[in-house]
Amino acid sequence: MISVHGLTKVFPGGVRALDSLDLDIGEGEFFALLGPSGCGKTTLLRSIAGLETPTSGRIGIGGTDVTTLAPGRRDVAMVFQDYALFPHMDVAANIAYPLRIRKTPRARREARAAEVADRLSLTGLLGRRPGQLSGGQQQRVALARAVACRPRVFLFDEPLSNLDARLRLEARTFLKRLQDELGVTTVFVTHDQGEALALAHRIAVMDAGRIVQVGTPAEIFHRPATTFVASFIGSTPMNLLPGRAGDGVLHVAGAALPAPGDLPEGEPIVYGVRPEYTDLSATRRDDGFPGEVAVLENLGATTLVTLEGPDHLVQAVVGEGREPAVGTAAWAVPRRGRALVYRDGRLAGQA
Amino acid sequence: MAPATSPTDAAGLGRGRAVAFALPALVLIGVFLVFPAIWTVYLGLTDYRLTGPAAADPRLVGAGNYTTALGDGRFRDSVWLTVQFVLGSAIIGQAGLGFALAWIMRDRRGPVRRLVEALVLLSWILPGSVVAFLWIALLDRDGGTLNALLGTPGAAWLLDHPMPSIIVFNTWRGTAFSMMLYSAALENVPPSHLETARLAGASAFQQLRDVVLPRIKGHVLTNVLLTSLWTFNDFTPFLLTAGGPEGRSEILPVYVYNVALRDGQLGFGAAVSFLILVINLVFALAYLRLLRDRREVPG
Repeated sequence: MISVHGLTKVFPGGVRALDSLDLDIGEGEFFALLGPSGCGKTTLLRSIAGLETPTSGRIGIGGTDVTTLAPGRRDVAMVFQDYALFPHMDVAANIAYPLRIRKTPRARREARAAEVADRLSLTGLLGRRPGQLSGGQQQRVALARAVACRPRVFLFDEPLSNLDARLRLEARTFLKRLQDELGVTTVFVTHDQGEALALAHRIAVMDAGRIVQVGTPAEIFHRPATTFVASFIGSTPMNLLPGRAGDGVLHVAGAALPAPGDLPEGEPIVYGVRPEYTDLSATRRDDGFPGEVAVLENLGATTLVTLEGPDHLVQAVVGEGREPAVGTAAWAVPRRGRALVYRDGRLAGQA
Repeated sequence: MAPATSPTDAAGLGRGRAVAFALPALVLIGVFLVFPAIWTVYLGLTDYRLTGPAAADPRLVGAGNYTTALGDGRFRDSVWLTVQFVLGSAIIGQAGLGFALAWIMRDRRGPVRRLVEALVLLSWILPGSVVAFLWIALLDRDGGTLNALLGTPGAAWLLDHPMPSIIVFNTWRGTAFSMMLYSAALENVPPSHLETARLAGASAFQQLRDVVLPRIKGHVLTNVLLTSLWTFNDFTPFLLTAGGPEGRSEILPVYVYNVALRDGQLGFGAAVSFLILVINLVFALAYLRLLRDRREVPG
C-alpha cells in the first residue's frame, strides 16, 4: 500500500533526518513508527503526507508514485499532535472542512459530518467550538475530520501524547477499534513503546534516520534485533550484561550460562534478559547473577526488584507476596529460552 | 463586575496620596493637550486671523466656519483626495504590501530576509524631511533618478501625477510597520493548521481565508486603524508637493496648514481641524466596535 524506497531527507544545515530508508506497509495495516525523539520518525510521516520534500528516494501510495505530488492530491488524512482544529469553526464545520475544500455540496457534507460524528460519539457537540471541548473530545473531532473524507491512508502524529494518562488508555482502545472497523491503512508515530506494542500490527523501530527493526509487536518484544531495540522496548528496560563465551558456556556477571551453539570462544558478548523473564532465587545458583537486593518498586500486581552485584545491576519482576527483603542476598536466574545473546550490538542467538 | 471585596487600591496608598502622585501628569496633560484642544474648538467658532483687525479682536461667528467649510469646493476636494490617499497608501499600500511581504518572507531565513527587512526598516526610521528630500531627488524633472532609470528625461512626476507620487511615497515610507506587525502575527498561526488545510487540498487563497485571516483578524484591525489614522493625519506629503499643483494633492492636513497659516484664517483652520478630529473619532469608534464584536465570539 505504502512503499518507501531509498528515502533520504537532509535538512538545510546538514541534519540527515532520514538516511536511505526502505519500508513497505501493507493494505489495511496499523503501522507504528517508533523511536526516540530526533530519530526521523516524524520526518518520515511528514514525507509520506507530502509536507516534507525528500532529498532523494521515492514514495508510493497504492501503486502510484506520489513523490512529487502535492499533499492535497495524495488522498491521505493526517491528525496532528495538537489536533489543529480551527478555533473559529464549530465542530461540524471542522469535520466537514476537507469536504468543503473538495466542493462537496453543503447538504452532502453536513450529512457526512453528522454520520461520522455519530460514529465517534460527537453528535451532541456538533455546534460547539473547539475551545469548549475537552482534550479527548478534541482528539475525536480531529479523528472525525480525518475519517470524514474517506482517505486511502491515515497518518497520526503522536495521536495520544496530548491526553492525560487515564484518558490515553481509553483513547488507545478506541483508536484500535476504530482502525479495525474502518480497515484503512494507518501509520502513526510514537515515542512510547507501550503505545506502539498495544496498537500496531507491525512496528518499525527507528534510530538516527534508519529503520533498525521491523516486525510484529511480539517479534520486537521477544527478539529485539539490536541492543538499542532491546533497551528501548519494554515497560521495564531489559537487563543487558557484558560477558564472554568460553568452554561452551557464557561467563556473565559471575554466572555460568548455557551458550547458543555457534559462538566463537573468548568473544565478548552482551547477555540480555527481560526482568519479566528473570526469577529470583534465595539460594546460591551457578546460573544466577549474584547480588544484594537494593531497591523494591511496587508495580501493582508485581514488584520490580533491583539486585546490586559487585559491578552490575540486574532487575527482576516478582509476583505478589514473593518480594525479598531489602539488603538480603539473592540470585537472578534467567528463564530458559528467554535470554538473548548479542554480539557487536546485534542479535546472535537465544539462550 | 468586580466582586465587592476586590481591592481597587492594590498599592495601599489611599485616595489622597494616589491623587497627589497622578496630579503632576494630569496638569501637564491638561495644559498641553486638553486646553489646546478646547481652545481649538473655541477658535473654530470665531473669525480669528493671523493678521489684520480680526487678529486683535476676533468675533464669534457661531457655526459659520463649518457651513463655509462644508460648502467649500476646495474642502470637499481635499476630503476626497484624503480618502484616496488613505485607501491607496494606508490600506492597499502599507497594510496590503506589508502583509504580502510578511507572507512571502514567513518561511525565509538568511540573507534575503535580512536584506528586505533592513531596506523596509530603513525607510521607516529615516526622518521625514530626509525621506522627502530623497524622493524629490528621485522624482525630480531635471536629473531625477527615476527619469534616468526609465530613460524619460523631463517627465515631471510631482507635477503631472502628484497623487500617485505621494501615495507611492507614503506606502514606501510606512510599509515596515505593517510588515513587522504581520510577521509577528503570522508566527502565531500554528503550522499544523496550515498543513491540515494543505492536506485537505486547500489553495493558497483558501489557506489565507480559512486559516490565516481568522487567526490574525485582530492584528489586521489594529493595523488598518493605526495606518489609516497616521496616514489621515500625515503632513509629510507637504514636503514633496506642498499640496500642489493647484491643490491636486492637498490632503486635509496640508489644507489646514494652507488655510490657517499661509492664508492666515486661524479660526477657519481650527474649525477644519475639529472636523478632522471628528472623522478620526468615527474611525476609532468603528474599530473599537469591530474589536468588541470579535471578543464576544466564544471560543
